[in-house]
Amino acid sequence: MIKIINLYKSFNQKPVLQGINLEIYDGETLTIMGGSGQGKTVLLKNIIGLIKPDKGKIYVDDIDITSASKEILQKVQSKFGYLFQGSALFDSMTVFENVAFGLRHQNISFEEVKKRVELYLSYVELEGVENMYPSELSGGMRKRVALARAVAYNPHYILYDEPTTGLDPQTAETITDLIISLQKKLNVTSVVVTHDLKAALKVSQRIAFLYKGKIVTVEEPKKILNTNISFLKEFISYAIMNPI
Amino acid sequence: MKKSIIGLGRYFLLVYDSFLNLFSSPFEKEILIQQIYEIGLRSLPVCLMTSIAVGMVLALQTGMASMAVLNEPAYIGTVVSYSLIKELGPMLTSVVLVGRIGAAITAEIGTMRVTEQIDAMYTLGTDPIKYLIIPRIIAFTIVLPILTLLSNITGMIGGGIISYLKFNIPSTIYIRDSLDYLYLDDFFHGLIKSVIFGIIISTIACYKGFYTEGGAEGVGKATTGCVVMSVTTLLIGDYFLSSLLISLGIG
Repeated sequence: MIKIINLYKSFNQKPVLQGINLEIYDGETLTIMGGSGQGKTVLLKNIIGLIKPDKGKIYVDDIDITSASKEILQKVQSKFGYLFQGSALFDSMTVFENVAFGLRHQNISFEEVKKRVELYLSYVELEGVENMYPSELSGGMRKRVALARAVAYNPHYILYDEPTTGLDPQTAETITDLIISLQKKLNVTSVVVTHDLKAALKVSQRIAFLYKGKIVTVEEPKKILNTNISFLKEFISYAIMNPI
Repeated sequence: MKKSIIGLGRYFLLVYDSFLNLFSSPFEKEILIQQIYEIGLRSLPVCLMTSIAVGMVLALQTGMASMAVLNEPAYIGTVVSYSLIKELGPMLTSVVLVGRIGAAITAEIGTMRVTEQIDAMYTLGTDPIKYLIIPRIIAFTIVLPILTLLSNITGMIGGGIISYLKFNIPSTIYIRDSLDYLYLDDFFHGLIKSVIFGIIISTIACYKGFYTEGGAEGVGKATTGCVVMSVTTLLIGDYFLSSLLISLGIG
């Protein structure tokens, strides 16, 4: 379980997160929605310890990562898989090497690594691309390789940063379906950051809405569509009229 | 001013962190070998070309100057070997490596930073300091003295060629001139310098790349910054390092 308590973060005196309180339960898929520049990615990077908050606590399985040593933080980080917005594949490595990267120090044989890479690439419906480089792949394929890489070492938590952004509607739909199928296959806890309402409604058990540095509501998808909060209503109606 | 102090603090923290984890597990042996190949073997031709040219021009200028003063070409070998082994060898090899490798390291790590590849490493259970920085620092520190030694030999050969072709000095005399006034201390003087220069270049290059901000423009700025900062530090540091080594009786 992930518990965020009164989290603050600012950059160059500009406040981004202003007192975030949020609980993410085991096994659920929670989506954090909000407009651009509201701090969704900053929140996600705080959860995994890539950014240190100015104030507040984040507990991952009861370990406070905001005050953890480098070694403990590294152990906690190894519980996470992270799908980056721009995929963040290592461009000097092949697809195989990218997916196998997290398995390098796990004392498993090369044969086992090979099997796992093939398995996770098949999960994301990519086969026969092991020897290709990221520059030879399309945007959607890169996202899928990044997804395979994020889940290849069996994480407990998967964080998705804008998984459908920059993709055509059909590919975005494929990625959304992959998130759901991986959720079923791996039974992990997922946190999705997106402003794609369609994807959010499809994948989430709960949706949290981030506005002006605070979580203003956390609701089930159906309930969030009938919200009374004015700016959320506005956001949803705009998102429905202009789907990504 | 505040930015410079923060930058300096970050640099020393990165260096401290790197040296603290220098041989801690997991040690990235494959990356080290790859870096030694990249920095060493692939830089060898350009280093040798530069040093042979420098040896030749040193011999030419020394010969002409001594002709003007003494009416005979004297001490060419001594001047060439002394200059190369104590100063020009370590400095020129370092400057060549700043341009060829230091800038490339900054650009590579900087690009990885702005495209979130470094963040991805953390999330995949790999410490980028161990994976990206430490192998490069070790490779630089091993390779630079070796390249300097080879550059010194090539430079002296270049000087010998000009001594023979331009001033008709037989190779035996040139070699005797070169080695007669040279002591082991002088050799160590150059060697210690090249080791320290290796550490300076690699840490600056890695630091500049690791803290790159602001997309493609940021990578460009970081790369330029790496070259300027490395060359300036080398040139200023060279004086103080030489003074220190001389005061310690090394060369």
